[in-house]
Parts: sequence; structure tokens; C-alpha cells
Amino acid sequence: MNYLLGAFKPACNISITFTDGKNRKQVPIKKDNGQIVMNPLFQSQETIAGKINIEPYQGKKVEHNGVKVELLGQIEMYHDRGNFYDFTSLVREIDVPGEIYERKTYPFEFSSVEMPYETFNGVNVRLRYVLKVTVTRGYAGSIVEYQDFVVRNYVPPPPINNSIKMEVGIEDCLHIEFEYNKSKYHLKDVILGKIYFLLVRIKIKNMDLEIRRRESTGAGANTHVETETLAKFELMDGAPVRGESIPVRVFLTPYDLTPTHHNINNKFSVKYYLNLVLVDEEDRRYFKQQEITLYRLKEETLS
Amino acid sequence: MRTLAGVEDEEKWLAEGIAGIQHNAFFMHRALDANNLREVLKYSALMLSELRTSKLSPQKYYDLYMRAFDQLRQLEIFFKDETRHGLPVVDLYELVQHAGNILPRMYLLCTVGSVYIKSKQAPSKDVLKDLVEMCRGVQHPIRGLFLRSYLAQVSRDKLPEIGSDYEGDANTVMDAVEFVLQNFTEMNKLWVRIQHQGPGTVREKQEKERNELRDLVGKNLHVLGQIEGVDLEMYKETVLPRVLEQVVNCKDNLAQYYLMECIIQVFPDEYHLQTLETLLTACTQLMPTVDTKIVLTQLMDRLSNYAASSPDVLHEFLQVEAFAKLSNAIGKVIDTQLEMPIVGAMTLFVSLLTFTLRVHPDRLDYVDQVLGACVVKLSSVPKLEDARAMKQVVALLSAPLEKYSDIVTALTLSNYPRVMDHLDDGTNKVMAMLIIQSIMKNDSCISTADKVEVLFELIKGLIKDLDGTNVEELDEEDFQEEQNSVARLIHMLDNEEPEEMLKIIYVVRKHLMTGGSRRLPFTVPPLVFSAVRLVRQLEAQGGDIAGEDVRATLRKIFQILNQTIEALSSVPCPELALRLYLQCAEAASDCDLEPVAYEFFTQAFILYEEEIADSKAQVTAIHLIVGTLQRINVFGVENRDTLTHKATGVEIFFPCFPISFLLNYFPNRKLTFPFDQYSARLLKKPDQCRAVYACSHLFWVDDLEGNKDGERVLLCLRRALRIANAAQQMINATRGSSGPVTLFVEILNKYIYFFEKGNPHITPSDIQSLIELINTEMQSDNGNTTVHSDPFFTSTLRYIRVHKQKGGLMGEKYDPIKL
Repeated sequence: MNYLLGAFKPACNISITFTDGKNRKQVPIKKDNGQIVMNPLFQSQETIAGKINIEPYQGKKVEHNGVKVELLGQIEMYHDRGNFYDFTSLVREIDVPGEIYERKTYPFEFSSVEMPYETFNGVNVRLRYVLKVTVTRGYAGSIVEYQDFVVRNYVPPPPINNSIKMEVGIEDCLHIEFEYNKSKYHLKDVILGKIYFLLVRIKIKNMDLEIRRRESTGAGANTHVETETLAKFELMDGAPVRGESIPVRVFLTPYDLTPTHHNINNKFSVKYYLNLVLVDEEDRRYFKQQEITLYRLKEETLS
Repeated sequence: MRTLAGVEDEEKWLAEGIAGIQHNAFFMHRALDANNLREVLKYSALMLSELRTSKLSPQKYYDLYMRAFDQLRQLEIFFKDETRHGLPVVDLYELVQHAGNILPRMYLLCTVGSVYIKSKQAPSKDVLKDLVEMCRGVQHPIRGLFLRSYLAQVSRDKLPEIGSDYEGDANTVMDAVEFVLQNFTEMNKLWVRIQHQGPGTVREKQEKERNELRDLVGKNLHVLGQIEGVDLEMYKETVLPRVLEQVVNCKDNLAQYYLMECIIQVFPDEYHLQTLETLLTACTQLMPTVDTKIVLTQLMDRLSNYAASSPDVLHEFLQVEAFAKLSNAIGKVIDTQLEMPIVGAMTLFVSLLTFTLRVHPDRLDYVDQVLGACVVKLSSVPKLEDARAMKQVVALLSAPLEKYSDIVTALTLSNYPRVMDHLDDGTNKVMAMLIIQSIMKNDSCISTADKVEVLFELIKGLIKDLDGTNVEELDEEDFQEEQNSVARLIHMLDNEEPEEMLKIIYVVRKHLMTGGSRRLPFTVPPLVFSAVRLVRQLEAQGGDIAGEDVRATLRKIFQILNQTIEALSSVPCPELALRLYLQCAEAASDCDLEPVAYEFFTQAFILYEEEIADSKAQVTAIHLIVGTLQRINVFGVENRDTLTHKATGVEIFFPCFPISFLLNYFPNRKLTFPFDQYSARLLKKPDQCRAVYACSHLFWVDDLEGNKDGERVLLCLRRALRIANAAQQMINATRGSSGPVTLFVEILNKYIYFFEKGNPHITPSDIQSLIELINTEMQSDNGNTTVHSDPFFTSTLRYIRVHKQKGGLMGEKYDPIKL
């Protein structure tokens, strides 16, 4: 079989390594097939540099019309799978047309790349950053190799961060007042707050706080909205009486959250909501949803 | 849902729960062994999720809880050892809060919290505050109660109290108190809430279940009571007001009752005393359905025990005016709780009284005040019929009796008889008996007429028939016992001062005479003896009082006696009356009141003549009369003529022997009338015989020289012999054999008696022949060859023999007798 394999194999092996690959933080990314792989982590304005090795197999030579490396920022809609929309595209030609007989190493560098959007894997949309190496050939097709990397952008704490406070209820049935200490939370934040029961005439079984992600894709009439519940956290067990105040303390760490994304390249938005759900003994649900903004706080400023 | 299910289902659910816990505990232990924190948390949370069930009754839930609790101990050990899980405890404290379900989360948090405090990486108070706050999330009553009780348990040894390892800054005790108070408040709220859940039909079951849970709540109060460093100030300012606020505001029967009970039990007496006002105010604010009386009773019991514990604390009671406050509070409670049954009010009064007696034994006015309040309450209700209430009133009345061994004290309480008026007859009697018993026990002497008057007013239930008493219902034995007690009581009424004593007797008599025929036989004798005692006392001191007065007084007394005994004749109770007359006669004789003695004898004989019909009684009566007569020496010769004259007059109406005998006998102490009339009236020969020989003594009184008529004695004895002979023959005729020789032997003994006394008419030969007669009689017992020896006879002979052998004066006398 070996020769067969050899026959269909690409003529050369291309590998991409980053300059500080060993020290750079790796983060897990879920691939299409469900596998989790570790990819290096970058942020906007970073210089992305490294080396590309091209090694022809078993003394074969590779004729080519040039070798280039591209840095692509792509958005892929799942309803339009395979069709990438590139919002960022940088190209470096790293070799002129010729032949490669033996292993050859090309350094490359994209300095201070503007990468405004974060890598995102949603239900209906994916945003990814990738290095694409192309060995252009006339016939037999070009040889292409991809290397994904992850981009995360950190922001300082917002200057204004009001609490969320609201009184809601159903007339003569249930009146509650809830308060969350902030409207903007970083991804490792803790939601603190309390639920104050002003009037309880229904038999409540329990109360949960849900964290919901609302992902909307497309625009106008084609807008597609997908909502997922990422966390369901029980706040209260049993039926409270009037005047009872229930503490809220939800750690965000255990959940797989991303920052809120507003209208990314006119393609999609990701919003987060806190959904307070009260369930009565007949399993009726009473809920109130409040949007919160999630942001990624610079690690150093934590703690 | 749970309430609709049967017990079997519940068993099943419990079994399932236990299985769930065991299953997850198994995996948890495996993870523990592998030091795998993530798995440990996962399985412990799963295990604890079993506690989320709503299907179990508190008892079953407790079972489940205990199983989880055991596992949590293992978990805590693991959490303590950082090398095993590799996480600083503070991180662990966060990590366990990631659990999605609140109940497992909170159990884990409490467990880690306990470790956290132990590590001293954070102040105990902060962790505890956080825990107690976060527990609010569990609002289900049963689950919440158990969770908080878990918190209380793991935190118990970690409170930042003074002297503990976790002592904090200056306010450390306050922090500890604050934590316990908060946990207590929340638990109580949950506990109270149980009753508002579920349909009304299962209320009873819920009450029962709640009762089972109460100790979980009460435990907090115990902890509060044990916190080191809670001083009076803090208790007064913070602890008690906060607890009471919760108690009053929860507006729940069971909780209010139980918690008040707890408060009273767990905090020191001294604190109760100093916060009495606050505590009592709270009592008056409880729900009307709460059994406040028990609460108050317990409080007062505790306080009185405290007072009894040491005399040093008594001044504190005075300082805080404990009595006034308690008394006020009780008044208020009784006024406000209209539904409270009378027994409740009475119980309260009893407690208050007990308290008063213990704490202020010197304040009779307090005691009277309590009784007064009781009277007011009793007057406001219709006649007391509740047996339990009655019992309480008895207790109320008994308390002062027990306390003041001197009944006299009780007699000065003006409200005492007024309370007794409210008892029903039966109870009144019981009470009266108690009073008497108390007097007896303490041997206290009632020494003034006024007191006697009060006392008899108190025990009037025993003295006379009260209106509406059904006589037939009375138990004969009880009645006798009661009257015997009264009789004994009469002997306790005594005064050295004759004047006062006389007054007492007047009072007693006045009361006793109302007693009716059933009581008189019991009550008259002691009265008579009491009076006779006075008579003898007066007689003994005679000269001290002006002669005229004494005699007049004596006459008066005898007059009363006569009337008193006369009352017995209506009973009728002749034998008793006869005895009493004879007693009086003797007393009168000792006082040299001849006519009085004479009168008494007259009365005695009238009774004998007319009333005493039973032959045995007659015999006894004769002996009594003879015995008394023999001792009496009052009748002087100077009265002879008058008496003889009187005698003839009387004789017309009573032409029988005794009267005539008496009248003839007294004046000159000489037998003027034969006995046979008197004794012949007796039915049986032996009785006749014995009566006759007894009479012989009347003619021979040792101390009285003028009263020795040997001839008459011999006459009596001969007559007795004749009767004995006749009796013997009668028996012989009917049975064919002569009976025992007892009568002869008895007569022989009389012979010997008078012989020894020197009666010249009794000669040795008389005795000799009598002995022979007896011997003959015994041998003539035909058909019986063996000599039947009579022990009495044998002893008599032995007596004579002994004297003969002894020699001397006696021996010489006996010498002529041959045996």
C-alpha cells in the first residue's frame, strides 16, 4: 500500500511553527469533528512570526510557481458551510517560482496585525484566524497547509458599570425585586446580588439563574437567532415567604463563556443574558431576562 | 404530595434515598482514595442530591440526613488535608460553590467553611456570616432546617467566642452571638412555615411532625446559652430582645410555647431575674392559644429554686421587685387570655404562691394578695366544677400549710377561707383534712379562741353537713377517718390560760353541736375530755384564782358538759354518753362538787335504765359504774338527809335498783339496798355473778377508813357464790356435766383480795371451803376421770402457796389454809 499512499500523498510536507511557540499559551479549540486541539493564543496588534518548513518526500522535487503565506480572518456561516468570508487577509510571498529539492525553511512575519475580532465558535457561526501556506503549482493543484491560531482581545474594566435592579411581578401573584451588582462582567467574574420577595401568592418550587447566549447571524430578513442556555444555577430551593431575600452568588469561571460581540463585521452578534426563572409546583415557569455584557479582562488586572 | 402517600411508600422512598447515598458515597470514597478532587466533588454533590427529596417525613428525612452526615465527616477530613487535593482552602471554598444545585452546594460549602475557619486563613466570623447568609437560598422548611442544623453543628466548636481558638477582635462575642441568633431566627421562620403548607386536613400530622423538628430549632438557644462571654449586659441588650422578638413575631403556638420553654431552661436564673420584666412582657404578648401558664409556671419554678439555692440571692429578688412583676404579669395573662380554663389560672396562682413562699416567706401580705387574686378570679366564674381546677385550688391552699409549719400563720390570711368557699364539698373536706393533718404533723397548738373560730370556719366541711351534700354517698370509712381527725384536732386546741381555754371550749362546742347525730359520737368525747382537763387544771391551781370564781367557772363548765353529753342522747349513743357522764362525775367529785357529781350519776343511771338494752353493754356499764363509784369520795354525810329524801322522790319514778342503790349508797357509803335487784336484771347468770362480786368493791375502799364494810362485802360475795352455784346447776341440767369452774375461781380471787386487805369477815376457812368446793366441782365432772385443771385456778393456788412459803405477815395469814 505504501506506494499507493505515496502516489496520493502531497509531494511535500509543510509545517508552520511560531517563533515563540514553546512559550506561548495554548488554548483548546473544538474542531469541526468535535476533537479538541490546542492552538496558540494571540491578541490584536501582536506580531505573528515564525518559520515555514517545506520538505519534499523521498527526494522528490517540487516544482512551483511561488510560495506564499496568508494570514486570514474568516467568518463561516454554518448554513453556508465552506464559504468563508475573509475580513482580514494579509499575504506574504515567501518564494519565487522554482523547484524545491530538499527541505527548505522560510521565515515569515506579520507585524502588528490588526485582529479586532476574537476567535469564536458558535452554533451557527464560526470566526477563525488561520495561517495559510500555498505552494502554487500549475497543474496537479496547489499544495495548501493551514495553521489555526486563536485570538483573544483583552479590555480594561469599563469605567461605568451600573448594577441591574428591577422590580417585576404578576399582579396579585408574585412581586419580586432583583438586583445584580453589575451590568458588565468579565469572564471570571462573580455575579452577586439578591432576590427580594415582595409578594408571594404562588407556591414556588425553586428558583434558578440561567446564563443564556443569544447568537444572531445574518441581517435583515435573513437574521437567524440561536439561543443556548450555558448555565443553570439553582438559587433557591423551596417556597419563600414575603420579605425573604435570597442571595445570589454565581461564579462565571466554570462556564464556557465568551465576551459579548456586537455586530461582528455585519455578520453576527453574540449577546448574554441572565435569566431568572421561578418554577412553581405545577412546573409553570416565571422568568425575567436581563442582558449583561461580558468582556475579557486582562489577566494581570485580575486578583 | 408527601402527605397523600402511605407509610409504605415512604419506607420505599427512604430506602431509595439511602441506596442513592450509599451508591454515590462508594464512588466518592474511591475518589477520596485517589485524591481526585474533581471526582470527589462530583460524587459528593450527587450523594447530597438525595437530600433534595420532598417525599419523606421529618423523621425519615432525619434518617437520610444522618447517613449523609456521616459521609460528610469523611469529606471534611479530605478537605482539611491540602496535600491531598492540592488546592488552597480559599480556592476550595469557591470551587464547591460551582455546584449547580443549591442544597448539595450549601452542604459542601458548610463543610469547606468549617475547614476554612479551622485553617484560620479567614476570621471565623466572616466565614460564618457568609455561610449563614448563603443558607437563605434553601427555603424549603425541612431541608432548610436540616441544612442549618448542619451548619450549627459544624460551627459549634468554631464560634469566635471568648477563650476559643477563633476569638476575634473586641466584638468577638457579639459576632458569635450574632451568628447563632441569625441562624436561630431563620430556622424558626422555616419551622413556623411548615404549618402554612399543605392542606388543612393534614394539620394534625403537621403539628406532630413539627414537634419532632423542634429540637433542631431549640438547639440554637442552647448554644446561645453556652457561648462564653455573654454577660448579663449583652444578654439583656441583645440576646434576649432578639430572641423574644422572634418568638413574639412568629405568631405561632407551638413555636412560642416551645421557645419560651427553651429560654427559661437554657439561660441562667440570674439573667431571668434581671430581665424579668422583658420576659414577662413577652409572655403577655404570646398568642392567646399558647399555654402561657406552663411557661410562667416554669419560670417561677426556676426562680424559686434559684431563690432556694442560696440566701445570698434573695436581695436580688427584692431589688427587681420580682413578686410585683410576676403578680402583674399573671394578672395580665389571666385577663387577656379569656379562653384560658379556670384550671390554668389556678395553676398560675399555685406557681406564684410557691414562688412567693420560697422567695418571700416573711411576706404574708404577698401570700394573702395571691389568694385574694384567686378569690377574684374564682368569683368571676360559676361554681367550680372542673376536678383539675379543684386540685389546683387544693394545692394552692396546701402550699402555705406546708411552708408555715405553724398553721396559725395560715389562719391570719384573710383570703384563705374565702378561697376555700369556692371548693365543692368533697374537696372542701379534703382540704380541711389537709389542714388538720398539717396541724398534727407540726404539733402546733392553737391557743386563742379567735384562731379556733377561724380554724373551724375553715374546716366546717367536716364539722357539719353542708347544703346539698348527699349523705348516702359518703363512704363510711372516709367519714370515720374525717371525724377521727376532727377529734384529734380538738386536742390540739389548748391554752395554759384557763379563761382563754374556756372560750376555746365555748367556740368548739358551738361548732360541734351543729354537726348532727352522725358526727357527735366522734366529736363530743374529745370536747368532754378537753373540758375535763380544764376542770382538773382549775382544780389544781384552785387557790390562785379567787375561790368564788373558780367554783363558779367549774359549775359553768360542768353545765356545758352536761348539755354537751345530753346531745349524745339524741344520737342515740347511750354507752358513750354513760362513760362520759361517769368521767364527768369523777371530775366533779374531785372538785368536791357533790351535787354536780350526783347529777351526772343520775344521768348515767337514767341512761342505764332506759337506753342500754344489750346485755353485754349492760355488764360493761355496771362495771364502769362500779369502778367510778368506787373512786368517788365526794359524797359527804352532811348531804345524806337531802339525798335520801331526794332518793325516795326519785324512786317513785325509777323504782329499780340502781337509782335507789345509788341514792342510798352515797350519803353514808353504806349499802342499804341489796344488789340482787340490780344484778338480777342481767340476763345471764355469769354476768349476774360477776356484777355482784364487782359490787363488793363498793363497800371496801382502801383509802377511806369510813368506807369499809366487811360484812357487806361478804354478803356480796356469798350472793355471787349462790348465783355461780345456780349457774353451775343450770349447765349441769342442760348438758349433763358441770361447766368450767371459772366463776368460782373468780370469786375465790375476790375472797383472797379482801382477805389480804384485812376484811375481818373473810376467814381462812371461807377460802379453804371455797377451794374445796372448786375441787369437788372439778372432780364431779362425771365421765371424765382425769382432773381437768383450770389454769386460772392453778395459778391462784400457786399464789397462795407462794405466800405460805414466803412466811412473814402474809404467810402467817395464809397459814391456816390447807391446800
